[in-house]
Amino acid sequence: MTKLIIILLSAVFINNYILSRFLGICPFLGVSKKLDSATGMSLAVIFVMLIATAVTWPIQMFLLNPNGLGYLQTIIFILVIAALVQLVEIVLKRYIPALHKSLGVYLPLITTNCAILGVTILNIDEGYTFVEAMVNSLGSGLGFMLAMIMFSGVRSKLEGADIPKSFKGLPITLVAASVTSLSFMGFGGIIENLFA
Amino acid sequence: MIDILTAVVPVVIIGLICAAVLVVASKIMAVKEDERLPRVRECLPGANCGACGFAGCDGYAKALVENEGTPTNLCIPGADAVSLKLSEILGVEFEDVIEQAAVVHCSGDCNATEDNVDYRGIESCSAAKLIFGGKGACGYGCLGLGDCMNVCPQDAIYLKDGLAHVCRPECVGCGLCVKTCPNGLISLTPAVEDVAVLCSNKDKGALTRKVCTNGCIGCKKCEKVCPVGAIKVKNNVAEIDYEKCVCCDACTGYCTTGCIIRV
Repeated sequence: MTKLIIILLSAVFINNYILSRFLGICPFLGVSKKLDSATGMSLAVIFVMLIATAVTWPIQMFLLNPNGLGYLQTIIFILVIAALVQLVEIVLKRYIPALHKSLGVYLPLITTNCAILGVTILNIDEGYTFVEAMVNSLGSGLGFMLAMIMFSGVRSKLEGADIPKSFKGLPITLVAASVTSLSFMGFGGIIENLFA
Repeated sequence: MIDILTAVVPVVIIGLICAAVLVVASKIMAVKEDERLPRVRECLPGANCGACGFAGCDGYAKALVENEGTPTNLCIPGADAVSLKLSEILGVEFEDVIEQAAVVHCSGDCNATEDNVDYRGIESCSAAKLIFGGKGACGYGCLGLGDCMNVCPQDAIYLKDGLAHVCRPECVGCGLCVKTCPNGLISLTPAVEDVAVLCSNKDKGALTRKVCTNGCIGCKKCEKVCPVGAIKVKNNVAEIDYEKCVCCDACTGYCTTGCIIRV
């Protein structure tokens, strides 16, 4: 149980996908302008991370590893995740239109995102069991959400700030992102000592 | 050779399985969409201005298709052309669109009125308005920082001498600027009848005169000269009733301060 909590917390804070691993920067800079679109994107990421792990972990363990096909990991994962998200979208559209509407365009958008592929591959590399892998995916998704929501707050403050002309737009966004990332570095080494 | 096959075959098989599942799923779980919807949506201009009262062009298209009896003449930027196409697709009678264009009810440019303070805050009318109602001497007038200009999808609004002007031929009448102006200076008027009172100062005449040489002083001369009784002075400022106005130009040359003009 303690191990699961450590995995969850370290995925959210220490190994935060955006701010420490620098994966998924594209949606982080692209969709963090408004709080509601940031939330929608994050929910879609959590959702896809969970189902992607639920499918890719068994494929790796029961199909690729026994047959010595570990080197096909990347291409098969991309293939399966893309097909899966399409399938989920069709199912959602038919049976849960409300959820389909709120996840909206974000669902197909993050299909081929590196954060999704990253979490599935890292789950295998870390040697997690199925439950640990799922918890890690959930934590990574929550960490993504935390970073997105925090940063959308920062960006809405930037809108009203008096910024020098040469820094307006993307430059000041990147500066703000780096400072946010720096603040997350402070979490390093905390979790291990928490349960020591 | 065997090595290549052991790599290719599993990938191909998994790919085929995924494809088969997707094809079956999309056939079984297809959602029926009204085939008129994409055609209706295509007709609309796609500016998502909200002038129709629905949430963007998608919302209006959906309402048109799903609720019979939704008027086809709500798209003001699209004007008659869009209304005609919509009525053809939906098989209803054509309804005329009343074209509208925005006008800024203020003529207090830098020659007519003065600033009370030197404002150096955020370049936005809504921000400036929070600080003692803006920098200008007239609390009702144009703040001149261009919130309306920034929101205009047609770039039809420009600033000149610290005052916003609407280029009427380019205006599509979406009304975004009307909602944006913190002083409520902008209104939509019928595009064909283009006489307007360019002042919104509701103070008494003498007070208005003190802060702006172009302001309406509420002398009621226009009320008397109007042949159809379309002008009424309310709250110390003249108002034109466009239902009655015949655009005869009787008032435009007659106004004491020259704030009723053709726009």
